[in-house]
Amino acid sequence: MMPSATPASLSARPDFVAIAKWIRPEAKVLDLGCGDGSLLRHLQEARGVTGYGMEIDDANVLACVKSGVNVLQYDLESGLSGFEDGSFDYVILSQTLQAIRHTERIVNEMLRVGREGIVTFPNFGYWRPRLQVFAGNMPVSKALPYEWYDTPNIHLFTIDDFENFCAGHGIRILERNVMVDGRPVNWMPNLRGSLAVYRFDRA
Amino acid sequence: MPPEGSVGVVNAKLARFEDPIALKSGARLDAYELAYETYGTLNAARSNAVLVCHALNASHHVAGVYADDPENIGWWDNLIGPGKPLDTNRFFVVGVNNIGGCHGSTGPASINPATGRQWGADFPVVTVEDWVEAQSRLATFLGIVRFAAIMGGSLGAMQAMQWAISQPQRVAHSIVIAAAPKLSAQNIAFNEVARQAITTDPDFHGGNYYSQGVVPKRGLRIARMIGHITYLSDDAMAEKFGRERRGVELKFNFDVEFQIESYLRYQADKFAERFDANTYLRITKALDYFDPAAASGGHLSAALASAEARFLVVSFTSDWRFSPARSHEIVKALLDNRLSVSYAEIDAPHGHDAFLMEDPRYHKLIRAYFDNIAREVSAS
Repeated sequence: MMPSATPASLSARPDFVAIAKWIRPEAKVLDLGCGDGSLLRHLQEARGVTGYGMEIDDANVLACVKSGVNVLQYDLESGLSGFEDGSFDYVILSQTLQAIRHTERIVNEMLRVGREGIVTFPNFGYWRPRLQVFAGNMPVSKALPYEWYDTPNIHLFTIDDFENFCAGHGIRILERNVMVDGRPVNWMPNLRGSLAVYRFDRA
Repeated sequence: MPPEGSVGVVNAKLARFEDPIALKSGARLDAYELAYETYGTLNAARSNAVLVCHALNASHHVAGVYADDPENIGWWDNLIGPGKPLDTNRFFVVGVNNIGGCHGSTGPASINPATGRQWGADFPVVTVEDWVEAQSRLATFLGIVRFAAIMGGSLGAMQAMQWAISQPQRVAHSIVIAAAPKLSAQNIAFNEVARQAITTDPDFHGGNYYSQGVVPKRGLRIARMIGHITYLSDDAMAEKFGRERRGVELKFNFDVEFQIESYLRYQADKFAERFDANTYLRITKALDYFDPAAASGGHLSAALASAEARFLVVSFTSDWRFSPARSHEIVKALLDNRLSVSYAEIDAPHGHDAFLMEDPRYHKLIRAYFDNIAREVSAS
């Protein structure tokens, strides 16, 4: 899988701010595809969590070590077999689910090793990508910044798709936060929201 | 001239300990000496000390050169020195030759005070735990209460792990490179072939060859050849030697035909000149016996329950002696204990020996890790 393209500053990541609000202080957190570790660093400082990031890219691993974030250079596609059941309070997968080959396996694994899962993803149902597809092209935007031929995003999906997936896989959605440009979207989120953040557990 | 960035000319020192050490085997050493070197300056708070533990073939000569032997560069000189990843401008670095060694510390070639003759076969079998105990006494002797970090590769990494287990208050960071939590059957098998090569050498004399005026060089040479093969990856050997031949014409005899044969013979000769066979036997045994989980019913997580250190674990993709999967076992046990750990898997082609090489990704990582430790040290 591709390294997550994580912007350096936290303010550029409204999903991080949303996640941080949900995390209980002192929790044990696993951040899959943790990029340069900025979310974990924020959670360590703001929430006092014990956190580990999982990241495959050498430069990101180095960035994590530099910023004092615990990072494990594992390929998360090969599974979380190194972790016991219920090892973590939260397992986070931010902006990565759409780039994972085996979606069901990773979500199941998240809920095996963690009590709760948190995912964030770009909403393909947002009106802008819909318009672009309607106009005849695969969408390219700030949230989906790749051309169709070089995208790491192999499973594009919408908010509705994700909620159907959860319903069909025994997953209970605990909280949802849909945003556009960092502002919450409550009305017609699948059309008006560009970014979705979910917290869920095993139903 | 020492190479650039080197700590320069260094001196080996010798510390003598009169307090008996009870070894894991049940044997006891009433007194012993440890050869060691230090680089950099211990700060006033004595908080910047880093212990570097050596592996099978190395010694306390970790960095720099000797005034009377400028070719003898420390075995980890590419990593340790002023401005290097382990920066001797900021850290006080200690290298120590383990007991049972053959580079100045008390070992099989030392005089047994009970007999007035060299120990030879009578020198006890030593373990990683014994080494850590002896090293901790050296630390106390040097005025070091707690190491900022203890680092090692391979067998050295096992010592860094053992420190975190048996002396948890005395190590802030444990840097475990190219390690395994215990040897596999295959690892032990290679060690046993090496030992058999030595002990069946007619010059071995049951380990008491010193008084015979001979050295079991043939056995030691073969032991070194076997070891050396396990340190390199198939790809690294292919890259370096391939099937390159010494001569143009095939000779159809048993002389050196391929460059790899020539290389192995050269390495073996060099090794047999400077290494003691009795030490080789004991160090391979220390490797075989290392199994911190054994005392906890085979559960490494339970064995590491006492650890408090923060860990950096590093493996190399092409290392088949201690493969990344072996490091994963260590990482898992650390995670089970909620210990602070980072793990990097360096995509390096060199095999087990990669931990001694100057790979930029590897060295940048070690540098970044030590930069953080330096900040902690100066903040404390």
